[in-house]
This record gives sequence, structure tokens and C-alpha cells, in this order.
Amino acid sequence: MALRIVVCIKQVPDTTEVRMDPVKGTLIREGVVSIVNPFDSYAVEEGVRLKEKHGGTCTVVTMGPPQAEQALRDCISVGADEAYLVSDRAFAGSDTWATSLTLAAAIRKIGFDLIICGKQAIDGDTAQVGPGIAVHLDLPQATYARKIREVGEKSMIIERLLEEGVETMEMPLPGLITVVKEINEPRLPSLKGKMRAKKYELKKLTAADLDLQPGKLGLDGSPTRVMKIFAPPPRAGGEVFKGEADQCADKLVAVLAKNGVV
Amino acid sequence: MELDYGLTEEQLMMRDVARELADKKIRPVAAEYDEKNTFPWEVFKEIAASDLCGVYIPDEYGGAGGKTPIMNMCIVVEELSKACAGISLSFAATGLGTIPIILHGSDEQKKKYLPDIASGKKIAAFAITEANAGSDASAIETVAKKDGDSYILNGTKQWISNGEVAETYTVFAMTDKTKGARGASAFIVEKGTPGFTFGKKEDKMGIRASSTRELVFQDCRVPAANMLGKPGRGFMIAMDTFNASRPGVAAQAVGIAAGALDLAVKYACTRKQFGKPVMANQGLGFLLADMAMKVEAARALTYATARTVDKGEGRPTKYSAMAKCFASDTAMQVATDAVQVYGGYGYMREYPIEKYMRDAKITQIYEGTNQIQRDEIAKALMKEAVSGKDD
Repeated sequence: MALRIVVCIKQVPDTTEVRMDPVKGTLIREGVVSIVNPFDSYAVEEGVRLKEKHGGTCTVVTMGPPQAEQALRDCISVGADEAYLVSDRAFAGSDTWATSLTLAAAIRKIGFDLIICGKQAIDGDTAQVGPGIAVHLDLPQATYARKIREVGEKSMIIERLLEEGVETMEMPLPGLITVVKEINEPRLPSLKGKMRAKKYELKKLTAADLDLQPGKLGLDGSPTRVMKIFAPPPRAGGEVFKGEADQCADKLVAVLAKNGVV
Repeated sequence: MELDYGLTEEQLMMRDVARELADKKIRPVAAEYDEKNTFPWEVFKEIAASDLCGVYIPDEYGGAGGKTPIMNMCIVVEELSKACAGISLSFAATGLGTIPIILHGSDEQKKKYLPDIASGKKIAAFAITEANAGSDASAIETVAKKDGDSYILNGTKQWISNGEVAETYTVFAMTDKTKGARGASAFIVEKGTPGFTFGKKEDKMGIRASSTRELVFQDCRVPAANMLGKPGRGFMIAMDTFNASRPGVAAQAVGIAAGALDLAVKYACTRKQFGKPVMANQGLGFLLADMAMKVEAARALTYATARTVDKGEGRPTKYSAMAKCFASDTAMQVATDAVQVYGGYGYMREYPIEKYMRDAKITQIYEGTNQIQRDEIAKALMKEAVSGKDD
């Protein structure tokens, strides 16, 4: 069956290049390259593969500042058909609740059969926005998907990668999944993809386009507040016993006994 | 920053796509293919998926060559070669096999063969060299005898890059031995044609990811419709092809040199002796500075030549020879110096740099040895001096 697939992505700083300000305890964002959240790139790849296999469309959507446009274009260059930028000053300061509510409203407007998100973003690491969207849209959800086994008319069969093992479940459609990196290997941008991305006219949605009350948006609509961001002090190095094994063992037992561990 | 060579927006995209592919898909597997001496099918599929195979093929036959096919080819070959010159040859040797069709093929031949090459579905190869016909192409012993509306090919081609892996071969054979070089003709021969088989697989010093084989023709019947141009035009077709393809070899050499330079600089900045990075020693710093200058000079000559070829005015033989010769001599020098920068580690197979030195050597030899290139340049200089006109 042809699927209308919507993939949510986030533009994030490339954390392999990010440094922390040791005094303020915040990320130093200046001069850091922005990329598509790596987990979201697996979501985009899965959306494009499903579209290629079953037909339909793969639309990417992001909520963010105007410069997030580049992240959307990157997704077009690897095969997404359409891209929506959900952007408005009214969205500033959104926490995961307000963000997922806003994205849910945008996705409802775009139309969908399946929503795919990365399992989490590498900057905030909350893993809440995907599930939040499912809740706001009253959809079934399957998080940590590592494989889509089958896609049927009314449901799909998904393998979830959990800490204890793999869970196979059937999820009715429409629904939402979040994916882990085991699900695929994202393709590189092709020349034709890059050319299309360059020329592509992005679709834009603002607060006025969404059916949401003003108090539900941005900071006003966010029930959580960040109290403090800090870098935890590095762990002090442990004690290393050197020498013959049996002597080391004796020393270790003595220390453990002294501390009441044994 | 990089020098501004005035690349178009489209060319910058080609460069970026090729660069990312080289870093992510070629670099990690380069040592493995070099060791195994096998053709990199998985990587070639990636190159095909990236739409790069058509960058030098006319738009009307499924490519994206536009008005700058050779420049486009050079940009891509250089980027791929930075990571592995053996793997990049799957792309570059396809170019060499395809250029005769682009330059001298009929519309019908182009329609039949170019789209599949542009999409990366098929690989091509160029077959002129034989055991007794290297630099002297007029010594070709493979014959093509007319028989009704076909030609019967007999003979053996040697050291053919992309041999066996290619589907489409441009093969040079004598249709009239009495006429010497003017008796050679060019044919498109498809893999699987009865009487066309593959001989010895070569075990090479470098570019080991490239498939190099003998092509054996035994009463191989090729339709006369597969002849490129007219009978006896083979030698001219080969020379036209080299004029357009040699900047590609130059670009491969620039890629090898640039790749080796990058590694050498990084190594010199991290390797510490006497309490400081070895780069801080003037002796080594100057060596790396010279390497960097040579690479940039080779790149500038290569790009200028590619653009002149694309312009299509006059015969660029002299400049194509200069670019190929200068860039490949540069690659050999820079790769050798890069091994020197690595010191003892550089001599070890465990480190990536010695491969650049082995790969560089072939660029001084194939598509005309650098002695032949100098000969071409000298001949052109003499001709210009005598005639008072540019060649």
C-alpha cells in the first residue's frame, strides 16, 4: 500500500565538534557545524526506503529557527519528497510537551499514515518528542524500532530493540515509530538529490497555520523549566594496585574490608 | 580555504558528493581491496547510486556533462583518488573506454551504449595495448577481417583496466595491416560476444583494486555497425581519446598526491620526537611546503587543461601531455616524500601511506609513458617553432 510517511527531524550541533564552556557550563555553539540529528537520518532513510518499496510519499518536517532549512534540504538530497519548516517566534522556548504538541498539529495538517522519528536527539537526549506526538495525535506507537518486518493495509510488524532483547509487535496504522541506528545504513546524498535540494522550494508553516491556542505554544505552553545546566565534575580516578597478583588481591580485600564493602 | 578555481555550483556539488563518498565509502575499505586484489563492486554501486557516473557524458544520453565534461570528470576522479586510486580507476577507466564513443560514435551507438554507462549500470574499458604494441600503437597485431556485415576479430589485448568487469569495450584492431597506423580501426565489443574471453589476471604493484586482464579474441564476430567512425580511423580516434582522457590521469595523480600530502601533514603534526611534533622541524616543514606547492601547481595545470579540452578549439595534445606528465611526476615525488615524512612507519604496510607510493607509479606509465608525453610536448614545440603557428 502507498504510505504517506512523515519523518520528524531536528537540526542539532555536530556534537563531535562541540565543546563545553567550563565556567558557564553551557555548550559553545559558535562556529559549530549544524547537522541533521543522526538518529533522525536513520528515520529519513527508513521513510525513503518504505516509500521506494511500497510507493507513497516521504515528507520531512522540522520545528526550528529559519536556519533549520539547511537540515531539511539535506533530507531532500537523500531522497525525501517534500519538506516543511515549522517556524515562528511564538514557538521559542518550547519544551518537549509544547514541541510535540506543535509538531502534532503540523503533521495533522500535512496528513499521514505513518510518522517516523529518531529515538532521540543528540543535543537534548530526552527521547520524549516522538512519543509526545503520538500521544497528542492519539496514535499507537512503537519506540526503538530496529526493523520493520512487514507493512500491511492496516498495520505493520515491528521489531523493537529493548534492553532485555528484541520485542516483535504489530502496530495498527496510522501510527508512530521511533527508530534506532540498527534499522539501516543511511545513504549518501546523490548528485541529482543535491541539485533538487538546492532548487527545492520549502513549505513553511507558522503558528497562524496551526489550530492551536496561543497559551499552548512556546514557553507559555511548556510545563517544564530548565533550572540549571552544568557539566558534572569528572570522576576522580580510582586507586590502581600494582605488583604481584596475590599481593594486589590482599591490598584490595583490605581496602574493601576497611570501607565495609565485604 | 581552497584556491578558487571558479568551479560552477554544479561542479562544487559533484566535488562534495565525490568527497563525501570517498571519505565514507572508499577510505575505510581501500586497504582491504588493495590487499585482496579484488574489484570493489560494492563501492562501484555506491558511485553509481551517487549519480557521478554520468558527469562526463552528454545530457541527451543520460549524463550531466553539459559543456564541461572533462573538467567534471577530473573533479570526480581527483576526489575519489584522494582515498584510493585503485578504486577510482573503476570510474576513470570507464571514462577512457567511453570517450571514444562520445567523440566518434554515431547517434545510434551513443543511444545504445551511453545511458547505461551514465547510470552506472555498466562499466566500460579501453583496449589498445598488446604484448608487442605499447607506446607504438601502429604495431597492433589484433586483426579485424571484414566478413559480410560483420568483422571477425583475432588477437590478444594486454593489461586492460576494467577487463572482465566491464560490459562495453572499445577495442582497436587492424583492418588493413599494410597501412600501418592508418590501417587500425576501433570497435565497440560487448562482453559475452562469442569468441571474446578473458585471459591472465594481473597481480600488480599498485592500483590493486582495479581489475587488469587480458582480452582474448578468437574468431570473435562483431557487427560492422559497431565500428566507431570509418575503417582506418582507429589511430586518430585513439589520439583524440588520449587528448581528452589524459587530464583524467592527471586528476588521478593530483588526487593521489593530495591524499598523500594530507596524511603526511597530519602525521607530521602528531608524531613527536625530541619533545615536539616533527612538523616543527624546518627540514620537514620545508619538505611539506614543497609538496603542497607541487600539488597545487599540478592541480592548476590539470584544471586549465581540462577546460581547454572542453572548449574544443584546436588540438590540445601538448597540454594534455603536460598535465598528465607533470601531475604524475608530482604524484610520484609527493607520495615518495610522504613515505619519508612517516619515517619507518611509512615503510610498513600497516600504515596507509606506502600504498600511495605504489599507486602513484602507474600514473607515470599508463595512457602513454611520461617519456612519450615529453616526446609529444617536444614535437609540438618543434612544430610550432617551424610553422610559426600554434599546434
